[in-house]
Amino acid sequence: MDAMVRELSYAQAIQEAMAIAMDMDERVFLMGEDIGVYGGAFQVTGDLVERFGTERVIDTPISELGGAGVAVGAALTGMRPIFEFQFSDFATLAMEQIVNQAAKIRFMLGGEVSVPVVMRFPAGSGTGAAAQHSQSLEAWLGHVPGLKVIQPATPYDAKGMLLAAVADPDPVMIFEHKLLYKMKGPVPEGYYTVPIGKADIRREGRDLTVVATSIMVQKALDAAVVLEAEGIDVEVVDLRTIRPMDKQTVIDSVKKTSRLMCVYEAVKTLGIGAEVSAMIAESEAFDYLDAPIVRLGGAETPIPYNPELEKATVPQIPDIITAARDLVRGAR
Amino acid sequence: MTRASKAVTDSRANLPFVYRQYSAAQLREVLYKMYLIRRFEEGAEECYTRGLIHGTMHLSIGQEASAMGICMPLAQDDQITSTHRGHGHCIAKGAEVKRMFAEFFGKTTGYCKGRGGSMHIADVGKGNLGANGIVGGGIPIAVGAALSAKMMKTGKVVVSFFGDGANNEGAFHEALNMAAIWKLPVIFVCENNGYGMSTSTARSTAVKNIAERAAAYSMPGVIVNGNIFSEVAEASHQAVARARAGEGPTLIESKTYRHRGHSKSDRNRYRTKEEIEDWMSNRDPITLFESELREFGFIDNKGIEAIRDAVAQEIADGIEFAKASPSPDVRDTGNYVYTEQA
Ligand SMILES: Cc1ncc(C[n+]2csc(CCOP(=O)(O)OP(=O)(O)O)c2C)c(N)n1
Ligand SMILES: [Mg+2]
Repeated sequence: MDAMVRELSYAQAIQEAMAIAMDMDERVFLMGEDIGVYGGAFQVTGDLVERFGTERVIDTPISELGGAGVAVGAALTGMRPIFEFQFSDFATLAMEQIVNQAAKIRFMLGGEVSVPVVMRFPAGSGTGAAAQHSQSLEAWLGHVPGLKVIQPATPYDAKGMLLAAVADPDPVMIFEHKLLYKMKGPVPEGYYTVPIGKADIRREGRDLTVVATSIMVQKALDAAVVLEAEGIDVEVVDLRTIRPMDKQTVIDSVKKTSRLMCVYEAVKTLGIGAEVSAMIAESEAFDYLDAPIVRLGGAETPIPYNPELEKATVPQIPDIITAARDLVRGAR
Repeated sequence: MTRASKAVTDSRANLPFVYRQYSAAQLREVLYKMYLIRRFEEGAEECYTRGLIHGTMHLSIGQEASAMGICMPLAQDDQITSTHRGHGHCIAKGAEVKRMFAEFFGKTTGYCKGRGGSMHIADVGKGNLGANGIVGGGIPIAVGAALSAKMMKTGKVVVSFFGDGANNEGAFHEALNMAAIWKLPVIFVCENNGYGMSTSTARSTAVKNIAERAAAYSMPGVIVNGNIFSEVAEASHQAVARARAGEGPTLIESKTYRHRGHSKSDRNRYRTKEEIEDWMSNRDPITLFESELREFGFIDNKGIEAIRDAVAQEIADGIEFAKASPSPDVRDTGNYVYTEQA
């Protein structure tokens, strides 16, 4: 019998996944700032402390470097911590433990150990929180072998990929766009996983492949509806994992549509768009391209406070529509 | 600061520090500014509720004496680094509320031209190097400013404000150590309001008093009642004198309380109504200062009324200024990322 499917928000889906993981495995526990009685800055842990107690839902002091390191150490020695950064921006304070330690310990020790830590990063702009609370730093971590980096875009994936992350023997970094937390979608009850390293074709189309991540997936889908009315048939590929990247799904899609556009919120240059584009340029799909590849990414600036400027720094639905139109109609 | 005249000083011999140190006019100015901080934040809160300001903000209502007391002995050239809860520091260091409102409204006339908002409020001209979105982020920066002051022989002192939560960041410990080994003119001011967001100091911090941590870095650690203006100002006065004399840093722990939630999304589930009520009715820093001023004959009720009215007017004017100011042009999004060069 199929599991009951309900509408849950993205935040509720994550909370449910954490509860299931903790029910299934005593080694799983949560660490982070204000995740206990406060319920987390975005209410993702919610009331879990009431269910699992302060021994397994641990409020840390405001100590990101130390806190992340403690999670790494616990993971190294048999526990299964899920560490919440209050904002993904604070990963910058913990880079040492993430990049030098979590990512490399297994390798440096010749495979003798592994570090099954999960870290969660509320990311992205759109909340008026200005330059130090709005960044999209996933490509930073995507650059580090030893880490897996995922960006679920739906409540369904958020739950299934978190459960996959907990089951994974290696460090998994989950970037959750803050504006997705309230997004609702169908989520089955009970345990299931969505594999890390597999992209998802969220909409099939003939004219153009849009490879999008995180919140840009929904924006691309919304743009695709408008474009369809104009006779442009868009295929939307939700990358879901940026390391290790699912190259084949993107290659196959581009071979079908002959056009590629990458849409992501992080700063445009030196990021995911560059990687996907180069990967296609290196692949057999290159010969199928009918037009230059287009990247739509964030502006080359920190995120401003002013709301109009803030919107202008990241791709919006009209930007996707315009760029897709130009690409397909050959204006480029 | 100019001292009160000799005769006046004698008649005040038994009064607390600030009443011996400062003139009546100066002390009334302090009351004015404490009200200005409070009404500024109330005004900002109301604008936020009405949707005129977006994002979030962290109000320091209840902590006004701490900001004012610490800044009292500072000269305009002296510098501060501030925190996410930095409106009071900014006003205490001399900022104009109209340009702060303009910043909160995202306008070009704001202190950060609409790019920073509440969490990055600054007034470089008055020596405020900026609030900070990163807990503890300003502490090493203050040490760097103090290093500049020493190397450039400017005679400036630097104050670093931070919260109790920040004292568990590595940056705090590294910065204090460097300030101590290089004997830098910096004052570390921990505004201990009992909580870092929802986490009480008892749950987050191994020592009972954060001032105890000064011992680990061989500097004086001073505890003051942060809601009593005179106590704070006196401690600051001594620390500034020590810094200016080249004797190095001081850690001041100013024990206080925030009346409002951590930010706009706080449900206050980690503290009781009674606790909040107690601090609001029995230990409000403005009420305490006001009654001392009245008791010692520095002001009467009419004087207090006049201050409240003038503050209300300045706030109303500030909000009007912000509303009437222009928004930045979206084509200028790329400005200020790098230094413009001719
Ligand atoms: C490095 C970092 N970690 C976490 C946060 C989120 N955060 C903002 S303020 C705050 C609490 C700070 O507490 P405290 O230092 O006591 O200052 P207070 O808010 O009480 O004034 C937290 C956890 C942050 N902004 N920066
Ligand atoms: Mg605090």
